[in-house]
Parts: sequence; structure tokens; C-alpha cells
Amino acid sequence: MISFQRVFKRYPNGREALAEVSFELGTGEMAFLTGHSGAGKSTVLKLIALLERPTRGQVRVNGINTSTLGSRGIPAFRRQVGVVFQDHKLLADRPVFDNVALPLAIAGTPRREMDKRVRAALDQVGLLGKETSFPLELSAGEQQRVGIARAVVSKPPVLIADEPTGNLDPNLALEVMNLFRRFQEVGVTVLVATHDVHLIDRFRVRRLHIEQGQLAGIPPHVAA
Amino acid sequence: MSLPDELSAARPGRPRSPLALFAGWLERHAQTLVASLGRLARAPFATILTLGVIGLGLALPACLHLVVVNARTVTAGLEDTVQLSVYLRQPLGAEQARKVERSIAARNDVFETTLVTPEEGLRELEARSGFGDALKALTDNPLPYAITVRPAPPFDTPAAVETLTAELRTLPEVDLVQVDTEWVRRLHAILDALRQVVTIAAALLALGVVVIVGNTIRLDINVRREEIEVVKLVGGSNAFVRRPFLYSGAWYGLGGGLLAWLLVTAVVGLLAPAFERVAALYASGFRLTGLDSEASGLLILGGAVLGWLGSWITAAYHLQRIEPRA
Repeated sequence: MISFQRVFKRYPNGREALAEVSFELGTGEMAFLTGHSGAGKSTVLKLIALLERPTRGQVRVNGINTSTLGSRGIPAFRRQVGVVFQDHKLLADRPVFDNVALPLAIAGTPRREMDKRVRAALDQVGLLGKETSFPLELSAGEQQRVGIARAVVSKPPVLIADEPTGNLDPNLALEVMNLFRRFQEVGVTVLVATHDVHLIDRFRVRRLHIEQGQLAGIPPHVAA
Repeated sequence: MSLPDELSAARPGRPRSPLALFAGWLERHAQTLVASLGRLARAPFATILTLGVIGLGLALPACLHLVVVNARTVTAGLEDTVQLSVYLRQPLGAEQARKVERSIAARNDVFETTLVTPEEGLRELEARSGFGDALKALTDNPLPYAITVRPAPPFDTPAAVETLTAELRTLPEVDLVQVDTEWVRRLHAILDALRQVVTIAAALLALGVVVIVGNTIRLDINVRREEIEVVKLVGGSNAFVRRPFLYSGAWYGLGGGLLAWLLVTAVVGLLAPAFERVAALYASGFRLTGLDSEASGLLILGGAVLGWLGSWITAAYHLQRIEPRA
């Protein structure tokens, strides 16, 4: 579902973020992406969401080689990948409902179905009843969960998340991880970048650990 | 706890019929249409300024158009009475004068001729010119025989009248040929030129509307840059991102067109009484004409199309250059 083959990424400013990264994540598989900040976690996620393209090597997502995808194909590609951003990326001047409904609006979902699905997604993140609130009226944790609801509302086959529990208290963090787990159970491929030791401990899922732009052996917990 | 059906990817929704797809498409456009109008209403001052500029820009050629239309109406009655006065050489007998008249009347480009004897000419002059007493002091009648010539209908165009005049001048008995309606022709020439001015002014100001709307939309795009990035992040295509801006542009143009129509109608309403007074003094039934339904439609819809075009050009250019950075 997600496959990196000898991926090398150098940014235009000369920084080498990834050096020869190769891994594969099957359909319905879930993994944690760990490593220090600056190790290359975000770059891996950006390459999957096609916010960046690899300098060398191949990134395949959902059967599509991202290198061969033209700019016209990018929007349709991105609809197949639900992304939870570390800084939420919500529209501040739209209520929660509109924010969550955005992927459905883009896909042209009929209003009735949109209503149902937005409510279901908000229910899953424990924000039912907040539809008319604006993002800035919510706490950081609630904003984070709005972002999660938006990532899952369109039922994408691939879900990636960048520190999705960073602003959540331990109980909520657990809830969110359980939610990701449930998506994995219905066949969604999930990749979560995190450095939350408790979660890594708690969920026995595959770990991809990156150090200095390369996949490394799993370090002891203290280093995670 | 398991995932609800609404979010379970394993259960795809039923495929939708073409009719349902079309209805959905229509609904989305209607939503964007209303939403973009709401956005304009939330910034009333900026919106009014933009509409004002567009309205004035469109009102100007519309007013010029009405000047031409009304000037044509005034002179329309005169065009039918193109008339030549042919003055014969002196001395010339009555018999000879009648012979010249008959030969002119026989031409196929002449509709009607009237022979005016020196006596008739003098009487008319006394009656019309107000020099009656002075003319009575004359012992001899200084006037020649004159023939009034009306060209036949197909030959009353300026070019045909020119030809007729030139040919009559070559007759040996003819002293002078005067086109009584020379000023009408000059006026028509001026109106023709003015009409071209209207066309060019309209084209330039239409371009102006495109530029104004384009620039307004460009500012709007800059303000909403972050929003555009987010929409693109979650898979919004350029067309999806562009749509609200296109509607905004069309609203600007439509609003500007309506404003221009109101301005022109108000101007006509203001000037009409003054023109009616002048017309009454000339015993003319002339009334100032406003924009007819065709011109009104062109003004208002044209405005909307120009606005749409302006926003399309800008949006196509700028939106492609906004790519999300995460």
C-alpha cells in the first residue's frame, strides 16, 4: 500500500533529509514512525502525501508511483490519503462542520450523506455537538481532533498522521490511537509519526525508526 | 467499539445515477454561488468601491451610446427630405427654365422637381426672412429661376446626392447647386465617427473591467492564501479552488452592470425634462430615449461575463502557483 524504494531526498536548500530509505507497509497495516525531530519523519509523511517528491528512488502509494503523477493527478491522489497535520491546518473562518466536511465537499458528496458522515466522524473523535463552533474557540486538543475527523471523513485507504497526540492528554491520546486502530481493522493503512513513549509501549504495532535520514534498528525506549 | 458504517471504507456507498450526480453538481454550484455572494456582503465597503468603479466604467460607454442613438432619432426625420436647390443662370426665359426642369425631372435618380419663378422666390423670401420691407425697396427682382429637386429614395444617400449635384452642375443653364441638407450629412458623418468612438471606448472600458475585477480577485486570493493551501492539501483541484473566485468575479461584474444601468437610467431621467422643453420649442415630438431591453441586457450580462473573465484569468494564473507547504 505504501512502499519506499531506495528513496533519497534532498531539499532545494541542500539539506539531505532522507538517504536510501526503503520499507513497505501492506494494506491494512499500521506502523509508528519514530525518531528525533529532524531525523526525517516529516519528510517521509510529506513524500506520501505528495507534498514533496523524492530526489531519487520511488514512492508508491495505493499502487500509484508518485514520481510519474503529473500535477493534474495530484488532487485525486491526495483524496486517497487522509492526513492529520501537526499544526491542524484548519480553516479558522469556518465552523467545525465545514472543516470536517471539506474533503466531502471536494469529492461532491450529496448534502444528506455529508451530514451523516461528518457527524459520524465527529462522534468518533468525541466532538459531536461542536459542529457550529469555530476552530479558535476550541482547545488545541479539540482542534487536533477536528483535524483527525477531517482526515478520516472521506474514508481514505491510507491514513497518515504527524504527531496526532501531541496536544492531547494521555486518555484522549489513547482514544485517538484506538480510533486509528479501528480504521486499520477495516483495512485502512495507517502510519503515525510520534515520539509518545506511552503509546509506543501500549500499542504493539510495527515501528519504523529513522535516524539521520536512514531506517535504523529499534532503539531502547529511553531513546525513543 | 467498532467503526460506524458511515466511516467504514469496507462499505463503499452505492454508485450514484447520472441524474443524482448532476443534481449534486448543481447543488454544489448553487452553494458556492450563494457563499461567494455572502463573502462579498461581509466586506461591504470594499465591495461597494469595486462595484462603483466597474459601474462607472460601464456607464460611460452606455451614455455615449445613448448620445448617438438620440442624435440619430433627432435627425431621422430630416434624412427623408434631402433636397437640392438648383439656381439657373440669368438671364433665362420662363420657357427655357421649364425645359431644364423637365430634363432634370426625367432623370431616374430624381423623384420630384418644382420650378420656383423669381417672383415666387421673392415672395417666399419676403415671408420667411423678415427682410420684407427692405426687399420691397428693390426695383428689379434680383432672383434667378430656381428648381427644387428631391432625389428618388434609393438615391438619397450622401454619395448619390454628391453624384447628382456634380452632374447638375455640368448643365450649361445651371449657375449654382446647393444641397440644403448638407449639415445633416455632416452630422451623420460626425455621428458615424462618434459611434466608432463608442465602440473603442466600450472595448477599452470592458478591458478595464476585466483588469479591475482581476486585481480585486488577486487581492482576495492573497488574503485567502492559507485557506487555498488547506483545500489543496486535502485534495481540492484547481477547478474546485477556482470556483468561488469565478463566482465572486461574476457577482462583481453583474453588480457593476446593474449599477451602470441605474446610473444611465438616472441620467436619462434627469435630462429628459430639459430635452422635452427644447423639443417643444422646436415643435418636435422628440423624447430622450433610454436604454432599450437589448442594450440593458447587454450592459448587465456583459458586465457579469467581463467579471467572470477577469477572475478566471487571475485565478488561473495565481491559483496554480499556490502549492501547500506542510
